[in-house]
Amino acid sequence: MILALEMFRSLPRTAVGKAIGTRMPGILSGYAAPLRLVTIDPPKVDRPGWARLRTRLSGICGSDLGALSGQTSLYFSAVVSLPMVLGHEVVAELLEDCEDLPAGTRVVLDPVLTCAARGVEPCENCAVGQTNRCSRITVGHLAPGLQTGFCKDTGGGWGQQLVAHRSQMHAVPEGWSDEQALLMEPLSCAVHTALRAGVKHNDRVLVSGAGAVGLFATLALRQLTPAGEIIVVAKHKHQRELAAEFGATEVVQPDEVLRRVRRSTGAFQLKPEYSPAYLLGGVDVAVDAVGSKQSLETALNATRAGGRVVLSGMPAAADLSAAWFRELEVVGTYASSQHEPGGRGAFELAAELAELDAVVRLSKSVASYPLHRWREALDHAHAAGRLGTVKVAFDPRSSQ
Amino acid sequence: MSRPGFVLEVDDRTPPMIVHEGLGFRLESFPLGTRVVYPPESIPAVPDVDEAIQHALLNPLDSEPLPALLRPGMRLTIAFDDLSIPLPTMKAPDIRGRIIEAVLTMAAEAGVDDVKLIAANALHRRMTAAELKHIVGERVFRSFYPQGDLYNFDAEDRDELTHLGTTEKGEDIEISKRAAESDLLVYVNVNLVAMDGGHKSVGIGLASYKSLRHHHNAKTMVHSRSFMDHKHSEMHHSAWRMGRIIKDTVKVFQIETTLNNDVFPSSFSFLQKREWEWSVKDQASMLGVRRGLSVAPPKLKHKMFHDMRSVYGLTGVNAGEVEAVHEKTLEKVHAQHSVEVNGQSDVLVMGVPYLGPYNVNSSMNPILAACMGLGYYFNSYRGQPVVRKGGAVILYHPLDEGFNQLHHPSYVDFYEEVLAESTDPAVVGEKYEQQFAQDPWYIHLYRTSHAYHGVHPFYMWYWIAHALDHVDEVIWVGGNRKAAARMGFRAATTLQDALEMASGTVGTSPSITYLHNPPHLLADVR
Repeated sequence: MILALEMFRSLPRTAVGKAIGTRMPGILSGYAAPLRLVTIDPPKVDRPGWARLRTRLSGICGSDLGALSGQTSLYFSAVVSLPMVLGHEVVAELLEDCEDLPAGTRVVLDPVLTCAARGVEPCENCAVGQTNRCSRITVGHLAPGLQTGFCKDTGGGWGQQLVAHRSQMHAVPEGWSDEQALLMEPLSCAVHTALRAGVKHNDRVLVSGAGAVGLFATLALRQLTPAGEIIVVAKHKHQRELAAEFGATEVVQPDEVLRRVRRSTGAFQLKPEYSPAYLLGGVDVAVDAVGSKQSLETALNATRAGGRVVLSGMPAAADLSAAWFRELEVVGTYASSQHEPGGRGAFELAAELAELDAVVRLSKSVASYPLHRWREALDHAHAAGRLGTVKVAFDPRSSQ
Repeated sequence: MSRPGFVLEVDDRTPPMIVHEGLGFRLESFPLGTRVVYPPESIPAVPDVDEAIQHALLNPLDSEPLPALLRPGMRLTIAFDDLSIPLPTMKAPDIRGRIIEAVLTMAAEAGVDDVKLIAANALHRRMTAAELKHIVGERVFRSFYPQGDLYNFDAEDRDELTHLGTTEKGEDIEISKRAAESDLLVYVNVNLVAMDGGHKSVGIGLASYKSLRHHHNAKTMVHSRSFMDHKHSEMHHSAWRMGRIIKDTVKVFQIETTLNNDVFPSSFSFLQKREWEWSVKDQASMLGVRRGLSVAPPKLKHKMFHDMRSVYGLTGVNAGEVEAVHEKTLEKVHAQHSVEVNGQSDVLVMGVPYLGPYNVNSSMNPILAACMGLGYYFNSYRGQPVVRKGGAVILYHPLDEGFNQLHHPSYVDFYEEVLAESTDPAVVGEKYEQQFAQDPWYIHLYRTSHAYHGVHPFYMWYWIAHALDHVDEVIWVGGNRKAAARMGFRAATTLQDALEMASGTVGTSPSITYLHNPPHLLADVR
């Protein structure tokens, strides 16, 4: 038997979370979260290529918080299976040999449950390595689930054990700390975001948000693209410092972003009635790394006509008038691919970023909690920006 | 008979002094021995304004009388100072309007048809129709404005600018094409303080950024000592060089006016008087206003002050050749404003009032407050600054009015972005001035809305360059700490705190001078 944090179906709790979760995040760690600490049987391994893992560290992602607060669109209800153990940012060790990897190997997971993991013929996307676009995420021998951590058959990182397919595993290099390895998954998403952004030489880029997603996107944009000016919207002091360290040319407050973009691009600013101001002109590429209505509209309103808006955070409903009127390319970026532009896998590129000094320093600030202190952990994750933290994680090994 | 300005030394019997601080004032008890410099009382006004105007136009200095310069078929342009002077705004009718009417009457009698009226606002904001009407008067406005013959100068309308060449120092002279190509350019000025007028009128009021950048920069400003003394001001030297070339190209008939110190209307007359001479009525007024201000919301306070109209008396009007006229003008200005001050002090104290040249019907943002205190008031001297080199300046202003987005859009960026990086006028000018001057959005707002030009906040910061270079410490009493810090200054709650903070620079027993203005004064420091 293992301890795990299980998300279960609860209409009242989901409704309460949806109604007031964003304004009173504390309610989610108190009474309204459809989450419980349970003792359950460990997930079973009954097919080749699969192995059991013991979780060492598992991060709390914005998408986890969104799911718990009912903020996530019901669009995704068809690609998850409840009850499920959350946790898709996972550092774990193999409890048994798995193909070429011996038992005891530390691995990080690419959480996407692709055709290979599901034991079906590769779909047209998996066949070319674009595994994050897999078309078979509801079929095969696994219950529906877009990723580990959203599928009831695999378990997730918020449990003491889970199962994973060999195609998901990336061995952690020697000498890396668990915290450093934990950042691999969000870094790989950032790599994918940066490469999907289509940044051309000396393009001006706006990154709206300086949580983990925004900071890593900034790093990836600086390291992997020929971006010129990168303007990052950051609310908190430590975020501003980190954004500058990760490659931002300029760091601005949320309430001054349009003004600063206007200034640096020479754009014209308009103020419509009862609506936020927007620019005629602006940055070449904007990345929404928050997923809120305000953040997405900021990105849309600050991008020049014909520019590109990249949805890195899970998007909220927003006014898309600018996308139509300014003929913006709105680009989604989900998870990461095994075959990114240039031919390399996102995790391979992310491993290089994870070795940078700035990332190593950041990894030392990861705040970890045992599973039984999940309420505190969620509170902390909700207030991470304000509390000066970039990543909060569970360490199930310390849970008894 | 008006009394001259004088210097009072604070002793045991001296009552608390009025110190202006934005939309309000406080009564301050200064340390014993503090020198308080009072402006002179108002000098007599001319008995008949219309007669004085006629006399000036018909008996100009170093010029033929105006009627002799007017002929049918000629192009006549009348330019006039914008709303940045006088301060506060003059109660209607504005002296400029009365002069313009007189000039237009003579032009009509001479059969001149082609007449344009241009507000010489340079890079200042466009005035509204109501503001233009206030200056030129209802009749002139009605006759010229609807046809487009009365308008604000547009320093960004490339088709309406003419490059007249360069001075011997390579300074571009680019001014209004209409003015430059006129057969006669009549300039109507209000010479509120000594820095106004002369070649500054046409050479700056009708000039573009291309011209202005030669003297509105940190290097020139820091060597202008002071702005109120054109013979020792690098900025004026440059304007004079330009003016002499303009004079060779276009016939300029300069009309300059001087006003007395009747700045405050009767309801605020106690602000015009010396505290120990307040009558019971004055004291009651002061207490009433003070109590009212303490409970009034900011918007009401703003309205109370900005609706104030001054009943200035005209002390002189001179017309003719620019330099000859300006000499006469300065005599009158000095007679009204000069106060002899013996020697410098360690600390200079000044109250920054609610109004400066660039926030008429607008708000006194922190940059404008700094410009008013460290630009205009600090430079209100002849000879040498009132405060010694390496001394301290203590200013009163809350620095809390915020920015008017309509009038000062580029100020917000300057404050948030430029000052965050450096407060050194030379450094910020070098790095950012061109960007702001050429920003198409600022240019658009300047041309079509009522915004100051994008480069204008830099000019405000250059105005204070001399003060920053001269003193070691600037402290704002009652000032918002964040705003003061953004500008590179410190804030104190009280004068005592400010003096304590300044003690590291000027010691614990500094000599202190308080400039008791407004009304305007010009410290003649011996």
